Amino acid sequence: MLEAAAGGALIGLAAVALYATLGRIAGISGIAYGAVSGQEGSWRWPFLAGLIGAGWLLAALGRPLAPAPEFSGTNGFAVLLIGAVLVGVGTRLGNGCTSGHGVCGLSRLSVRSLVSVIVFMALGIVSATFIRGALL
Amino acid sequence: MSPVARGAVAGFCGLLFGVGLVLSGMASPQKVLAFLTIGPGWDPTLMVVMASALAVSLPGFWWVRRRGRPFLATQLAEPPSQRIDVPLVAGAALFGLGWGLVGYCPGPAVVAAGFGQQSALLLVGVMLLSATALQWLRR
Repeated sequence: MLEAAAGGALIGLAAVALYATLGRIAGISGIAYGAVSGQEGSWRWPFLAGLIGAGWLLAALGRPLAPAPEFSGTNGFAVLLIGAVLVGVGTRLGNGCTSGHGVCGLSRLSVRSLVSVIVFMALGIVSATFIRGALL
Repeated sequence: MSPVARGAVAGFCGLLFGVGLVLSGMASPQKVLAFLTIGPGWDPTLMVVMASALAVSLPGFWWVRRRGRPFLATQLAEPPSQRIDVPLVAGAALFGLGWGLVGYCPGPAVVAAGFGQQSALLLVGVMLLSATALQWLRR
């Protein structure tokens, strides 16, 4: 739990740092979509590179990423694809994700983000608890 | 500010964010799903991570907004809209559904893909394609 709290605090710190220095929002979906659609890449691509670099840095320091979950069989593959489409479409349509709306939006006291968080948390729980098990 | 310097600052923020994600366990879909799945073995870690993040970012954002402008740029980014509309709610619902299915949201997916994990690479690819397709359809 200590690592969870420390990690969480770092996430918060990173979000504040990006906002305080460059005035930008650390919403990963927005940063990624902006980068690939060619908008102001001078900060987006480096941010994403840093994000990815963290995984490698921690691995070098003896804390590698946990192995990916199994998406085995046709069902597993289908769940992965459907999930990916839903996350892609949903974050684009709703203009944010757990970092964008959850951390940054709530920190800006955005009612819009609060609504988004409530909805995606609720649906996330419903999906994981009832739908995922039924499909896999 | 030169693009290189801006990139360095952004890169460092990304690194910090990524370290936080991995250390907190949120880069692991299994850990995320253990929170989203109500039942035996429920894991409150995600809640702890969120609370800790907000404990830092709420005062942090308040401080920056009070200042009115960032230190190394001309203005603070503002959200495109303040309205609670159908795209916001529908988008959140779709995202939540997907998140609960795979345990990945964009951040962890990018970290895992960058680490070379095949399922994450596929996920990120499909995610980006789907988002791009949506934008194209909405034009």
